[in-house]
Formats: sequence, structure tokens, C-alpha cells
Amino acid sequence: MTTLAVMLIGFGVFFLFMGAVGLIRFPDFCTRMHAAGKCDTLGSLLLLAGLACYSGVTLASVKILVIALFIFLTSPTATHAIARVALRHNMTSWLEENQ
Amino acid sequence: MPTLFLVTAAIILVAVLIALYRVLTGPAIIDRIIGANVIGTKTIAIILLIGYIFDRIEFFIDIAVLYALINFIGTLTLSRYFERKGLHRGENVG
Repeated sequence: MTTLAVMLIGFGVFFLFMGAVGLIRFPDFCTRMHAAGKCDTLGSLLLLAGLACYSGVTLASVKILVIALFIFLTSPTATHAIARVALRHNMTSWLEENQ
Repeated sequence: MPTLFLVTAAIILVAVLIALYRVLTGPAIIDRIIGANVIGTKTIAIILLIGYIFDRIEFFIDIAVLYALINFIGTLTLSRYFERKGLHRGENVG
């Protein structure tokens, strides 16, 4: 159980860190949203699942899984809302600027 | 095992600092909102890790739930506000 928890936490931290690197390295808001939205959701899910595995079947681990489910539902929703703002106001992407 | 949690929290803290750079210097308002959302998501993980480090996970879980709610509502509110108001100063889309 502990080995599984350490593996899940390691993968989660990897995805969270790579999401932050993508947030700072990518050229425009579309690609930044791509890195931030998906890497953050997957990294948080893996990390929280690892923490729930570490404490076994308790009330705390059930609550942690509820937080993971909440993040799984709300993080793409927030990214979608931000993307809709950019679409409404006709922000040009990196590809359109370089044509 | 607390050492692993400490190292994990330190790595996530570095990622938060990287995202904070994007919030401070982002070219558009959208980049700043994305950075704030990313920082909020990482903060939930840091709060849970702090709970495991101090062995008080029952208290810190409730704080993490509250933080997840506030992060989601804050991001939605910001995006709704700028959707109505316009992304540039003086622009009013209605």
C-alpha cells in the first residue's frame, strides 16, 4: 500500500511541476491553458489518490477522495469558463499571429 | 515518510513560485487568471501535505475542502466579470 502511495505521489508531483513549467514556457494563452488545465487536474488527482492510499480506509481518505472528485469536476469547468472569455473577446493565438 | 511529504511540498512550492511569475508578468488578464487557478489547485495539495507532516490531517482536510470551493468560485467569478466588462481598459462589451 505504501509503495503504491509513493508511486502515485511521485507521478502527481511530476505532472504538477510539468504543468507549471508549461505555464511559463508556452507562447500564448491557448497553449498555457492546455498545460495548466490538464496537467493540474491529472496531477492533483494522482497526488490526492496517493495521499488517500497512504492513510488506508479511514474517514480522512474518504474525504480526500471527495476533494479529488470535486477537483475532477471543477478544474475543467474553470478552464472552460476562462477559454470562453478569450473566445468572446477574439484573442488571437500564437499561430494566427505568425501567419 | 514525513521526509517524502516535505520534499513533495517543497517541489510543489517551487511550482507555485513559477506560476506566481506568470501571474505577476502575464501579458494578458487571462494569463493571470490561469496562473491564479493553478496556484489555488496546488495550494490544496500543499495544505493536505502539511496535514500529513504535522499529523493533524483531520483538521487540514476541512481547510482543503474550503479552499477548493473558494478557488472554483473565485475563478468563475473572475471569468464572468471579465466576460462582461471586456479584457481591455475602457472597452465595454455589455
